[in-house]
Amino acid sequence: MITVDKLSKRYGTTTVVDQASMVIERNSITVIVGTSGSGKSTLLRMINRLVEPSSGRVLIDGNDTAREPAHLLRRRIGYAIQGHGLFPHRTVAENIATVPRLLGWDQARVRARVDELLGVFQLDPAEFAGKFPHQLSGGQQQRVGVARALAAEPAVLLMDEPFGALDPIIRAKAQDDLLDIQRRFATTIVLVTHDMDEAFRLGSRVAVMSQGRVLQYDRPAALLTRPADPFVSRMTGSADRAMKLLSLTTAGEVAVPGSSNGPTVAASASLRDALSELVWRGAESAAVVDANGMPCGCLTVAAILAHGRPG
Amino acid sequence: MPGSAALLRLAALALLVAFLLTPYSFAPLFEPLTQYGAPAIYDQGNLLTLALAQIGTVLCATAASTLVAVGLGIAVTRPSGAQFLPLSRTLVNIGQTFPPVAVLAIAVPLVGFGLKPTLIALFCYGLLPIFENTIGGLRACPPAVLEAASGMGMSPGQRLLSIELPLAMPLILEGIRISLVINVGTAAIGSTVGAKGLGEVIIAGLLSNNAAFILQGGLLTGLIAILLYDTMVAVERRLFGNVRIE
Repeated sequence: MITVDKLSKRYGTTTVVDQASMVIERNSITVIVGTSGSGKSTLLRMINRLVEPSSGRVLIDGNDTAREPAHLLRRRIGYAIQGHGLFPHRTVAENIATVPRLLGWDQARVRARVDELLGVFQLDPAEFAGKFPHQLSGGQQQRVGVARALAAEPAVLLMDEPFGALDPIIRAKAQDDLLDIQRRFATTIVLVTHDMDEAFRLGSRVAVMSQGRVLQYDRPAALLTRPADPFVSRMTGSADRAMKLLSLTTAGEVAVPGSSNGPTVAASASLRDALSELVWRGAESAAVVDANGMPCGCLTVAAILAHGRPG
Repeated sequence: MPGSAALLRLAALALLVAFLLTPYSFAPLFEPLTQYGAPAIYDQGNLLTLALAQIGTVLCATAASTLVAVGLGIAVTRPSGAQFLPLSRTLVNIGQTFPPVAVLAIAVPLVGFGLKPTLIALFCYGLLPIFENTIGGLRACPPAVLEAASGMGMSPGQRLLSIELPLAMPLILEGIRISLVINVGTAAIGSTVGAKGLGEVIIAGLLSNNAAFILQGGLLTGLIAILLYDTMVAVERRLFGNVRIE
């Protein structure tokens, strides 16, 4: 658990982050979203002290992060950034091994971990371990950047616009991968983005920042149904808020026992996608199937629509 | 074509070695440049010894320049040393703009004749290219790479040694190479204050109005400069051929 307690950063008379407080749950993805200049990156960088706070505290599992040397703190916290920041003179394997080497792991353990991570990120160790960053595609570079951040099994991973430089298709894949990785390693992830769709897709909680202040820190659905500030409504966008709300719930959560002659919908699909399918097929209900293709309930248009309304 | 370049380099090396080991076999080529039966090949000293002395002087001076210029370049690119950048730059620039001959004139009364004033002059003259390239190389490190290094938990020293210097190294080596080549030529003037070197041959030629001496002194110095340059380029390619900084 990370506790951000009245954290502020001032440069001269300019306040970049103003009394930000939030409690970040363990084993979850928390997204900080805001326009450029909102202070979201500065807030993130105060967690690993790349930026020293002017006032306030950060506690990780109850321990004040200001108590140990900053570079030692950072070895325990994964950090991935936009444009990956891979070391151009080091191979993929050496890049990933950075923090384990700093921590003094022995050779065999480092190599085993590097191979494991390359496997997790669908990069064949035999092919990729010896390559240099400039020999990789943008998506591969980004994956190596995240693999490097996770190398020393950090409990916390900070990500600053990690997918900002990717094209939409690779970006969607990278987001899915991140959700998988979060579940696999049970990492506490704090991610900064300016993209509200990305925030909704990844975050179990979302903090909306503007002008250095956290305007609302809540579950994504609550940002839509109970915005605390007009700026939050503007960020989430009101034209398609019902659809956004539907995208936050899966078909499996809403399915009721029963059968349907309509099209099949995966339990993991969002209500938004399920509704789209029903509209497309002109059907009133769909059969929900689990990951193995076994029917596990049915879903009606009316049930879907009921979830697109606040309250 | 790389093949022909390598061949040319090999030919230059062969020519240099042959001239230094058996200078008299080249006498017929230089005879037409002499008058009144003057010697065609420098005969007041061994050309090989003079060439080695000159190379040694240059290497010593450039090594010292490298140590000081790289150290200074690192210091002024740290946050704590940034305020000394203008001062350091001025000092190093003076070293470059102040003519080496003038440095010799000042140094001789202080340290006497011979090798010492020459080393001082070459040291001052060689600082600028290395200093500027060190700063340029360190500043060219991509900000995302530096941020990642700090974010991974490298201390400032670890970041400098394992990320910044290796990335700046191609430019730093280029600076050393420029310094080295400039100094091979400049070292010849050291002979005016009694330092051993091929300048001696050129000066003897000027004093006795012997064009053959002047030409062979100049030719040998030029060959050494070209070969040193090529060697450095080859070393740089070998070490950093696969590094690309986007």
